[in-house]
Amino acid sequence: MKIDRRKFLAGFSACVGGGAVGSMLSPLPWKVMDDVAIWTQNWPWTPVPQDGRYSYVQSVCALCPGGCGISVRKVKSRAVKIEGLKDHPAGNGGLCPLGLSGLQYLYGPARVKSPLKRVGKRGEGKWQPISWDAAISEVSQKLNELRARNKPHSLAWISGENKGILAGLIDRFLKVYGSPNVLRDSTAHDAIDQAAYHTQGQRGTVFWDIENADFILSFGAGLMDGGWPLARMNGFPKSADGGKTLIQVEARLSDTAAKADLWVAANPGTEGVLALGIAHVMIRELIYNIDFINRQASGFEDGVMGGDQVLQGFKSMVLEKYKPEKVSGITGVPVDAIFDIARRFAKSDKAVAVCGRGHGRVAGCMDEALAVHYLNALKGNIHQPGGVFVVADPDYVRFPEPGMDKIAEYGLGQTRVDGAQSEKFPNSRYLLHRLPEIINTADGDSPVQALLVSGANPLYTIPDGKSVKKSFDKIPFIASFSPFMDETAVYSDVILPDHTYLECYRDIVSQGSMDGIVVSLAKPVVRPLYNTSHLGDVIIQIAKALGGYIETAFAWKSYESLLEETFADNWETITSSGYIRMNPQIPGTVATSFNTPSKKFEFNINAGAPEAPFSSAFEKIAMEGDAQNYPLTLIPYDSIRLAGNYPANPPFMTKIIDDTVLKKTHGCIEINPATAKQLRLSEGDAVKLSTPRGEADVQIHLYEGVMPGVIALPRGLGHTAYSEEWGLYGKGVNVNDLMGPIEDPVSGFNMAWGIRAKLTKI
Amino acid sequence: MSISDLEHAVDPNLGAADHPPQKSSGWVVFFCFMIGLVGSLIVGWFLFPQWLYSEKHQPIDFNHSIHMDNVSDGCNSCHFFREDGTFSGIPDLSACTDCHQDVIGSDPEEEKFVTEYVAQDKEVQWLSYFRQPDCVFFSHAAHVTGAGMSCESCHGDIGYSTHSKVYQENIISGYSRDIWGYSISRFGKPGEHDGKPMKMNDCAKCHLEETGSKGACFQCHK
Repeated sequence: MKIDRRKFLAGFSACVGGGAVGSMLSPLPWKVMDDVAIWTQNWPWTPVPQDGRYSYVQSVCALCPGGCGISVRKVKSRAVKIEGLKDHPAGNGGLCPLGLSGLQYLYGPARVKSPLKRVGKRGEGKWQPISWDAAISEVSQKLNELRARNKPHSLAWISGENKGILAGLIDRFLKVYGSPNVLRDSTAHDAIDQAAYHTQGQRGTVFWDIENADFILSFGAGLMDGGWPLARMNGFPKSADGGKTLIQVEARLSDTAAKADLWVAANPGTEGVLALGIAHVMIRELIYNIDFINRQASGFEDGVMGGDQVLQGFKSMVLEKYKPEKVSGITGVPVDAIFDIARRFAKSDKAVAVCGRGHGRVAGCMDEALAVHYLNALKGNIHQPGGVFVVADPDYVRFPEPGMDKIAEYGLGQTRVDGAQSEKFPNSRYLLHRLPEIINTADGDSPVQALLVSGANPLYTIPDGKSVKKSFDKIPFIASFSPFMDETAVYSDVILPDHTYLECYRDIVSQGSMDGIVVSLAKPVVRPLYNTSHLGDVIIQIAKALGGYIETAFAWKSYESLLEETFADNWETITSSGYIRMNPQIPGTVATSFNTPSKKFEFNINAGAPEAPFSSAFEKIAMEGDAQNYPLTLIPYDSIRLAGNYPANPPFMTKIIDDTVLKKTHGCIEINPATAKQLRLSEGDAVKLSTPRGEADVQIHLYEGVMPGVIALPRGLGHTAYSEEWGLYGKGVNVNDLMGPIEDPVSGFNMAWGIRAKLTKI
Repeated sequence: MSISDLEHAVDPNLGAADHPPQKSSGWVVFFCFMIGLVGSLIVGWFLFPQWLYSEKHQPIDFNHSIHMDNVSDGCNSCHFFREDGTFSGIPDLSACTDCHQDVIGSDPEEEKFVTEYVAQDKEVQWLSYFRQPDCVFFSHAAHVTGAGMSCESCHGDIGYSTHSKVYQENIISGYSRDIWGYSISRFGKPGEHDGKPMKMNDCAKCHLEETGSKGACFQCHK
């Protein structure tokens, strides 16, 4: 048989057809399809959780002062999820987005993986990995050199550690070294605690007993914006369900304002005036706590100072100067509303007034803190359930008094570089924001010759970034202990990376409650991933390298042995339950312990100085810039979805920022539609934002939740470090760069709540 | 085509007999079709399953039966629920060393286990017959503790086996043949003592029978 071309083609097609039919009648195509589908799920670049044994490590979150308990789920040796820890006094099982994202700080791409020494220019990002011995030697040589030059006081340490053993070690190190210059990041408690000190004569930390209060009058505190442990706030029933009433005074509709029973949009910077207007109504209508004021307060009524001099009391000052009509004119809050708030506050069973803008990371204005504290005194809720408590800081960190050499004694006798604890600002402990200007305006050498930075990112957070950078340029030696490549680490000469909070032991002091201050123990959830070292151990090593009295003062074997020694009898409790409570509060005991000269609650904080009965006029807090060139008011705001301080926002949270806040790389500025209309701006317009301190390109977002004439930018964007993979590099604007500090005349604190600004269409 | 061919083609005087015969190619088509059909059926039903699975042996030939005779709580003695409700799965080395710190029997496999793994503190890389893809969430607690099912109802009589069966790994997906089931067509039922196949349809079928509903996607695909 001859097979011609035609037959061949026909036969071949038939064979293929038969094969196709046969295949379809066999399991082959269906099984292959199924297997291929599963194979695609297992491509090596698809992230999948590790298989293995689960375990949980109970620890505490160290990403904000809240100190919420956490439970970290592990698969084998890898931590895979952070959850809130049930029954922990801070958080009670709840956790904010920042706490939930904590693993990204551990495994994320911004870690410094070993000690590094700068080899390029400052900020250029060229590093050489060095050994720990070499890194310790870099620091100790520089510090020895300063002592040899008899300039120990030119060493400064900017520290984010406020309380606990690490803070104690830093204080002790500078003391025996001979420098008074421990500088700490500011918090709203700087002013709030000092207000309590002035009026009650008690040193400590103020806490408001929100748990037991039924009415909260908040002057801008971001209670539900992450300034407080979120779960603690969200756990309260709303007033509609028989729970608490919340009134939020704030120029912008924050999440807290949105959840409040009443949002009062007062002109920004006039919150203190509004508080005094409310006080006026309470006094005029005799709805204040007359019993408390009569028996336990001083300076309320006018007093006679001898001769014909009359010391004006708080009562007549407020009745005279803060009539609701006038207050309404300053604050923009209707007169009726002032009366209404005052009556509701006064008539509530357990009302408390609180303050501290947003996350409370600006020290704030003394007058405002005082005005709010006076409201609490009028309510008579000082040291009462649902009121205000001043709690002495826990004193478990007690090191033996160190011996000091002559150089140290000389150095400690010098004035602090920031002017805190000076004659001018005797009660203010730290004034970090003053540092750049003092360095920049110093004649000759910088007063800071060596700067150590831990737990803080001053190049990002101190207002007016340009001047901060300029001042850092004048400091010959900067060492960073940051575990992350943040702005300050990038600009340092040597980096000695600390562990993250998930890799080591650390004591964390949380905010207080009636039951006392909670001191929790962060435990190593995983072994350190990189060649990092605990800051406590590094301090001990540097002290050893310096020798002499300094070495003797740090004779501990390691931070861990010191930790165990410090907690002594409590060690077992804190390791098994994760926390201990200290200084529980007994309501009412304060009545016998006001420590003012009058032994009473002091309204007149300058008692004995008739020419200035009140520290300064309670007026609108000043703002930088002239209204002519800068017709708008720029305010920064804090959000639960943005970490505005240290460390930078984690990628998980950057994912949940609305595109009305960050659009690709453009930061959006909120503006009221009415103001936008006047300026002929519409949604999405590209504009140049100018302030007396700087400029930035932003996009317009129309938002009715911001007052007319006010524009708002979030804190936490505009980073220039943290590696591109971190996902925040070059996104949005750092609002701190556009603002300057404004010095409170009484305390020296930075009280800047905003700055004048203008928008120009590009 | 030449001019003479053209003339031949159009010449009306040429008869039918003068045309070349046109034989049908139907038998060729049929024959080839059958070759393709039968060939692909043979490949699909017999050769493909052999090609699809590679055979592997467990690192240690494990005797379940002898262990069952010596433990007090059946399967649960080694495959237990942890305090938080999670299932421990295949025991790790520390569970084995409770008894096998030293060689206690005469089985050469045990000796191999002690010398190569226990003495060197090395985990045994057991091959799991029942591992599911990572996109599947399965809770043993819901089935065993919640619904009161026995281990055998899904895993068959593996607890009474004296040797580890050969592990057949799907060379495309990487999972055990036990998940799909040993019948490549998935027709018929597994034997009385065999484990059940564990594809999604198998889960859905059992759920429909037991609960009246196949269940929602997110119950297993979180």
